[in-house]
Amino acid sequence: MTALLSVRDLSKHFRGLAAVSHVSFDVNPGEIFAIIGPNGAGKTTLFNMIAGAMAPNGGTITFAGEHIEGLRSDQVAQRGIGRTFQVVKPFPALTVEDNVVVGALMRTNALGEARKVAHEVLTQLDLIGKRDQLASSLTLPDRKRLEVARALATRPQLLLLDEVMAGLRPTETDRIVSILRDLNRSGLTILLIEHVMRAVTALASRILVLHHGAAIAEGTPDDVLRNPAVIESYLGAEAL
Amino acid sequence: MSGLWHNAGWHGKAIALLLLLAFLAAPLVSDRYLLSVLILVFYFAYLGQAWNLLMGFAGQLSLGHALYLGLGAYTATALWTLFGIGPWIGVFIAIPVAAAAGMFVGWLGWRFAIEGVYFALLTIAFAEFTRIGFDHLQITGASGGLFLSVNGPGADKWWNLGGGPLLYYYLSLILAVGATFLVARLRQSSLGYRWLAVRENPEAAQAVGINIFRARMIAMLISSSMTAVGGVFYGFYYRNLFPSQVFDISRSIELILAPIIGGLGTIFGPVVGAIILTPLGESLTGLMEAFGINAPGAKLIFYGIVLMIIISLRPDGVWPWLARHLKLDGARK
Repeated sequence: MTALLSVRDLSKHFRGLAAVSHVSFDVNPGEIFAIIGPNGAGKTTLFNMIAGAMAPNGGTITFAGEHIEGLRSDQVAQRGIGRTFQVVKPFPALTVEDNVVVGALMRTNALGEARKVAHEVLTQLDLIGKRDQLASSLTLPDRKRLEVARALATRPQLLLLDEVMAGLRPTETDRIVSILRDLNRSGLTILLIEHVMRAVTALASRILVLHHGAAIAEGTPDDVLRNPAVIESYLGAEAL
Repeated sequence: MSGLWHNAGWHGKAIALLLLLAFLAAPLVSDRYLLSVLILVFYFAYLGQAWNLLMGFAGQLSLGHALYLGLGAYTATALWTLFGIGPWIGVFIAIPVAAAAGMFVGWLGWRFAIEGVYFALLTIAFAEFTRIGFDHLQITGASGGLFLSVNGPGADKWWNLGGGPLLYYYLSLILAVGATFLVARLRQSSLGYRWLAVRENPEAAQAVGINIFRARMIAMLISSSMTAVGGVFYGFYYRNLFPSQVFDISRSIELILAPIIGGLGTIFGPVVGAIILTPLGESLTGLMEAFGINAPGAKLIFYGIVLMIIISLRPDGVWPWLARHLKLDGARK
């Protein structure tokens, strides 16, 4: 199977600090791939390079057969990669619906069509009842789902989720987990960065573990979570 | 606009139509003075729309719109006085001249990630050094000013904007109404949504595929072009131009007051703001005379106090509040 996203030897340095060094992995079409690791492991830097928010210092990123490393984030989005932000970035003065309409306008210039797409996505994410509220009035769990909705409205092939479950209560986490599972079943490939292990084990088919900017393990959840190096560096004593 | 028109309730439509009819019929009952005040109302509503497009919609603060106003005014009036080219042709040369300046300022700022107050400083700088340049440009009279003759060949013809106040009254009304229609239409387009997204959060806008540089440049292109047309109006209405007046920062400031007072980023804000501000300035002048106050600057002090009161009472502008009270569902528009 050819990978949808292929990362090879990717590196990013900030002055002397190697935030990400020589990381390689493949995400296959239709899978849910998770990246985990302790704070400061380089997850978000890696993520930002894939999404075009940051240019790498070395290595390649191939998406659907095309090199995308160094492209601007709007060009990456146009090619079919949707993303959310770890610190949510809604358009606060716009309504929930208009937030999602802006996303849908990436694929069409017709407002009626964009509104239709927005309604579908808002229904999928359980936000349809709040469509006329201003985004600034939403609670954090709703804002997190709005992030996902806006990204989905661009009709991506690959969805990048940056700690979309952080700060949520377990019931809200389960709600997003089941939404993501449905989306994945309908063919969407998902790459997620997550701290909430409950969500990672429930969703991911494969996991990559980052530590000090380097990949220290990769495999199925069972393999990775039993890996002694992972337990020592990340899961720590609580898992033992 | 069609969308906005359909969305407006029946009394929103009624108010809009009545207001338009009143303005159309106003010259029948107004004296010259009232007419000149209304011309200023429409002029500031028009320029307010142009500036609000860039600031209110695309979120980019320009404090140097006098640059485009002045370039528009000077281009068209110089073409007329030097070559006898009338304003209806001149305006189509004035627009690209001002738009090119706007695109250059925009490119310089946004290409090199100069944003917010730094971008505003850049816009001031360009207006200021253009003023100094024109102060020394002999062909347009340098600091001595450029004057339009009132008795040259064809100067009194309406097609050379040589008519009386009535011509300028309807011209300014058409400009204000036209600009409001244009802005409403743009707001309801996919471009309008992209502008709002860029204003609200550039990073998130880019993540949904919006080329933020291009979106801002288009806003600048339209805004500076519209302002140039206002400049042509200014030049032919006042019939004299001085660099120290038309390019002055006070020109840039006075044209942003109406949208701020009326409601930033709203369609009717600039109109409501202009309807409040121009008569306010005029009536303060009258009051000062009535009370025999003629200390220099006294009028501006009172004008400033009233602006502060309005802003502190209605920080979002008067229009959103007014729209709520008139039960018009355009409060956020």
